[in-house]
Amino acid sequence: MTPPDEDRWIHTPPRKSATFDDAAIAEIRRAAASGIYDIRGGGAKRRLPHFDDLLFLGASISRYPLEGYRERCATDVTIGARFAKKPITLKIPITIAGMSFGSLSARAKEALGRGASAVGTSTTTGDGGMTAEERAHSSLLVYQLLPSRYGMNPDDLRRADAIEIVVGQGAKPGGGGMLLGQKISRRVAEMRVLPEGIDQRSACRHPDWTGPDDLEIKIGELREITDWQKPIYIKVGASRPYYDTALAVKAGADAVVLDGMQGGTAATQEVFIEHVGIPTLAAIPPAVQALQELGMHRKVQLIVSGGIRTGADVAKALALGADAVSIGTAALVALGDNDPHLEEEYRALGTTAGAYDDWHEGRDPAGITTQDPVLSMRLDPVAAGRKLANYLSVLTLEAQAIARACGKSHLHNLEPEDLAALTVEAAAMARVPLVGTDWIPGRGRE
Amino acid sequence: MADIDLARSSVRDLNAALHRLGMDTNETRWRVRNPRGQHSVAVGLEAPVTVEIDGHVGYYCAGMNKDATVIVNGNAGQGVAENMMSGKVWVKGDASQAAGATGCGGLLVIDGNASARCGISMKGIDIVVKGDVGHLSAFMAQAGNLVVLGDAGEALGDSIYEARLFVRGKAHGLGADCVEKPMEDRHKAELRRLLDAAGLGREVDAGQFRRYGSARRLYHFHIDHAGSY
Ligand SMILES: Cc1cc2nc3c(=O)[nH]c(=O)nc-3n(C[C@H](O)[C@H](O)[C@H](O)COP(=O)(O)O)c2cc1C
Repeated sequence: MTPPDEDRWIHTPPRKSATFDDAAIAEIRRAAASGIYDIRGGGAKRRLPHFDDLLFLGASISRYPLEGYRERCATDVTIGARFAKKPITLKIPITIAGMSFGSLSARAKEALGRGASAVGTSTTTGDGGMTAEERAHSSLLVYQLLPSRYGMNPDDLRRADAIEIVVGQGAKPGGGGMLLGQKISRRVAEMRVLPEGIDQRSACRHPDWTGPDDLEIKIGELREITDWQKPIYIKVGASRPYYDTALAVKAGADAVVLDGMQGGTAATQEVFIEHVGIPTLAAIPPAVQALQELGMHRKVQLIVSGGIRTGADVAKALALGADAVSIGTAALVALGDNDPHLEEEYRALGTTAGAYDDWHEGRDPAGITTQDPVLSMRLDPVAAGRKLANYLSVLTLEAQAIARACGKSHLHNLEPEDLAALTVEAAAMARVPLVGTDWIPGRGRE
Repeated sequence: MADIDLARSSVRDLNAALHRLGMDTNETRWRVRNPRGQHSVAVGLEAPVTVEIDGHVGYYCAGMNKDATVIVNGNAGQGVAENMMSGKVWVKGDASQAAGATGCGGLLVIDGNASARCGISMKGIDIVVKGDVGHLSAFMAQAGNLVVLGDAGEALGDSIYEARLFVRGKAHGLGADCVEKPMEDRHKAELRRLLDAAGLGREVDAGQFRRYGSARRLYHFHIDHAGSY
């Protein structure tokens, strides 16, 4: 006879599959019930090799640091001097990424402009054209030319301080945009010349050019229209960064914007966000290599985005060779997105603060990713702009603290030699040694 | 009349001179010789002047045009009158791909044929093609009118929004969500207006055209239309 307390040894406890985990099973159920793919905002949520896997070495006997707060560590960056008659100079190497009016409210766009202008950096329009609010409140505004060409016109082109040709985004390289009906308000519809309230798909390919040779001619046209004054950037989603960077340089770009797969989006298929493109960390070294091989590093500026959160991330991106970084998600969080004080409202939407990503539904309790007139009034553009300015200042101070510790008088003097990697993967991708070794996987020893 | 010879001056000089013109300029007539297929000829104009180009032009001639009239006595390369806002562009020969792409207003007339993707993503422009248009013309066309006196290639009006398409010849297949629609009197009147504007006299009968437009089935994501996305 088995004693009763031995029963539990006979049954194994329930065990969940690592392959069919809760998220995978929930998605199967959701797909079976709805028949349509999941759409959401944000970037890749899975864990990926990232800047967290890198460390700075700091000064030691062989190199000395700069005195914090006393010795200068400059942060400025000039973009567009290759061809533009009027290059732009940013006081800090952190810009606000393109986010459309449509995906964001007009007040959110205004807040981004206020925050960026206060610290001397630029903002960027997005898929949907330029609003008067963002032009008025952004001292430096980059105007995107996207496949959809929503709202594109020569007056705004001339009003812009720089032009960004969007080939792709890190969240969805090869994909077009979508903006669902809830957010196609009358104003958004009018700017895009679309019927109000429809689920809008935007093209993934430019209508009037294909391939690098056409792109060169397209850039030539934009330069002619604007009398060669404006810097012209090309934005690509990270997939083949070495070739895309080389082709962008060849096509005559002044700057390359490289957006990794962690980069946010307003709305895209989940499967796209999580499975197409490569991580930001892995994308930078090949892009820098292409620039160096062409003798264009620091002449054609490299602006990196996708998962930048801290001054350490900024410093790491720059140390790997970027000239500047760009932020989307973090800027929205600084404005007040996903704030825990709205927890009750997030709960009502079936989510929780920190996880809310149904930006396409236009019901954002923080009033940022919405066109709802009542919700959007919740965001005070002055106060939110102030928070963004604070955040941008902190990022800069943090990056400077690291740079000084590495003995650098300009953020651009940070270099791969200042870095080591915590994991073999990160070492291989970032092309810096694994900590405590001189091993860079994939590099033969000299 | 100002006379510019592109064998001697650059396209940059030409465009810079045209951009300097104010709305009330007296220099309202310009002749451009020897374009020799160069790109971006007469782009970004914003004064009510007439620029007549003798010869063939490359890509994006008259791109983003506002108010000006640009006449090409020859063929035009890719993206002629792309994103035009207003004014008139008249190509006397044939036009390559993406003619009038994303145009927001004004009138584009092509006496010959236009290649693939004519009127792609058009946003309010009127386009009249006296010959044929290639495949995927009026792809994602949002607003405006495309009039084709000849035939239209495959997948006409794929994923079309609210643009109106009038074809006198044969349409070799309609794209996703593009359907034939009845030609009512108001459509005939609109078509007549466009034909007149394109200088086509009464010899062209508006009654010979068929009208195509959006079935509006793709306006909202729906499981049963998944095959069309
Ligand atoms: C709400 C939202 C809207 C966006 N809209 C655009 C857009 O219109 N055009 C574009 O090129 N990228 C767009 N993006 C992508 C950003 O420009 C940028 O690449 C990305 O946010 C950077 O990554 P991060 O969010 O991790 O900082 C959008 C991103 C977000 C979060």
